[in-house]
Amino acid sequence: MASHAQAQKWSFRITPIRVLLLLLSAVAIGAIIFRLVTGLGTVTNLSDEWPWGLWIGFDVLCGVALAGGGYGTALIVHVLHKDYFHPIARSAMLTSLLGYLLVMAGLFLDIGQWFNFWRPFVSWGHHSVLFEVFWCVSCYTTVQVLEFGEIATERVGKQFHSIFKKALPVLMIVGIIFPTLHQSSLGALYLLMVDKLYPLWWSPIIFLFFLMSSFFVGPAMICVETTLAGKAYDHWIPIPILRKLVRISGYAMILYLIIKIVDLTNRGVLGLAFSGTFEANWFLIEMIFGIIIPIVIAFTGFSNSRSGLFTFGLLVSCGVVLNRMNVVVTGMIRSTGVSYVPSLWEFVVSAGLVAMGVLAYCFIVENFKILEHDNHSHAA
Amino acid sequence: MSKGVLVDLTKCVGCGSCTVACKLYNGNAWDETTPTLGDKAKLTGKNWTVVHHKEVKDSNGQPVWRFVKQQCLHCKEPACVSACFAKAFQKTEAGPVIYYPHLCVGCRYCMVACPFNVPKYEWEKAFPLVTKCMMCSDKVEKGEAPACVSVCPADVFKFGEREELLKEAKAIIAKDAKYVKHIYGEEEVGGTDWIYISDVPFDQLGFKTNVTKRSLPSYTASFMHATPFVGITWGVILTGLYHYTKRRNQVSKENNKNIKA
Ligand code: SF4
Ligand code: SF4
Repeated sequence: MASHAQAQKWSFRITPIRVLLLLLSAVAIGAIIFRLVTGLGTVTNLSDEWPWGLWIGFDVLCGVALAGGGYGTALIVHVLHKDYFHPIARSAMLTSLLGYLLVMAGLFLDIGQWFNFWRPFVSWGHHSVLFEVFWCVSCYTTVQVLEFGEIATERVGKQFHSIFKKALPVLMIVGIIFPTLHQSSLGALYLLMVDKLYPLWWSPIIFLFFLMSSFFVGPAMICVETTLAGKAYDHWIPIPILRKLVRISGYAMILYLIIKIVDLTNRGVLGLAFSGTFEANWFLIEMIFGIIIPIVIAFTGFSNSRSGLFTFGLLVSCGVVLNRMNVVVTGMIRSTGVSYVPSLWEFVVSAGLVAMGVLAYCFIVENFKILEHDNHSHAA
Repeated sequence: MSKGVLVDLTKCVGCGSCTVACKLYNGNAWDETTPTLGDKAKLTGKNWTVVHHKEVKDSNGQPVWRFVKQQCLHCKEPACVSACFAKAFQKTEAGPVIYYPHLCVGCRYCMVACPFNVPKYEWEKAFPLVTKCMMCSDKVEKGEAPACVSVCPADVFKFGEREELLKEAKAIIAKDAKYVKHIYGEEEVGGTDWIYISDVPFDQLGFKTNVTKRSLPSYTASFMHATPFVGITWGVILTGLYHYTKRRNQVSKENNKNIKA
């Protein structure tokens, strides 16, 4: 295997879709540079009424949630040693790593004093939830880069490979603690907005909802990713493996649904969900398409097919995206009084970041052992 | 003991001297697009205080004008301070909630967190900062009233120890039947250092009346305190599981080489 890797050249196929993605990335980079030089007012539709918009909502909150697949998989494969799921471990972690790098990029773009980004490392606002998010996300991204070191050193810097391999278990465990903390604290950011965020979303346990959804969206993302990668690289993960994962997800979603209903009932706002308002409708869409239908898919025969798994993956991922956008935008409209539509450039930058992620994924998959690594020691 | 200001809205004549004093003292430019006075008045990066003109009905149903000065309320337990992860917002001993621009990262969590939407942003600048009323903290530090308070010709404000002012406010509304029986800021978000009394219900004057009485930072405090313990416990559990399941797999492999891994 080693000699094979040595003989292999760096490769990057160019296809029409990739050209498109490259173009999109290039335009986005242009917009990013323009924004960094001229400020937020010129490029975004953010305002005093809407200090947070698409970049925080999509690039950061959704990005972190969707990249959550990495820690869930690490937990299942490397801590519980369910070797059965080994074939998906590396690609799930790669998606997660890229996701976090994009989140960091998104955050960096969104802060007004970007040259000051390091401040919270020295000026500790330790009572702030954002402080916890900031530290955990920074540390976790570092840990993930190191975890990737184990894969990278199979090909470059081989002399360090054994060090990385030894460090891996520690990295894995640290790499599960951090996400557990910051996935929940991203939700906890909104604890302060008790009088601003619509009660269907605000909750004293909103952090638990964020944590749970980041966990069950993991397998969903894996379904989407393996389907796309399967098509592109003709590398198919056996259905039973995915189905088992989807079931784990399904159980978590049932629990989520129950807790949600109990929480809404306790606060006496369950009725709001059926009040026919703008918020209520979005809430129902989120719950029905993002939670209830996927649960049905997970526990019926439909999840025994590729298309079933793919549908499950799409619905759950979109459901979680919708949930985060509802928290950042839909749920805040009423208390803000004015509405917010992101500017074209906000969309372009968000899309461009995703495009860069996809390109990086393709490049890494084609040059490192991500999809096939059967000889990877099962003892790890 | 923290200082505060008692605002008696029944006395305000809406002249706007306070808004001018604020601009002069803090060196804020005139905002070309947004007035500081009238029914379109709005807090902005340049307007740290404004006076709204409101046409409302008095207790006899007669249309009357009321004038509402708006600025940061200098909460006793400010959401903005607890939100800032770089300590750019701090509450001083004397009461004012102040902002240190050099520490600010520009994440704008403070703006989202403030229940009254007070902090504003310099959107038009390349490297914008957050801005808001700082209660002329250097004056307050010396025991002097803020600039806006000291110029008022209509005797609307009283500057002093918040707790004293609260007692005074209670006495005033108890004595005079025209006042609504509510002191805005006594309990809102756990209490604010600026408190208001009025003869027209506060919700008609644009005050946010449905806010929680609990201090906002208390919503996050327990979460933050629990975090390190959750982190450590979780780490111990994971390490335990790691070794347990690894050993279990090895044992089962040794016992039965044919078992499927
Ligand atoms: S009113 Fe808003 S900005 Fe002023 S102290 Fe309270 S939370 Fe902070
Ligand atoms: S914008 Fe500045 S002051 Fe406000 S929370 Fe962020 S770092 Fe703190």
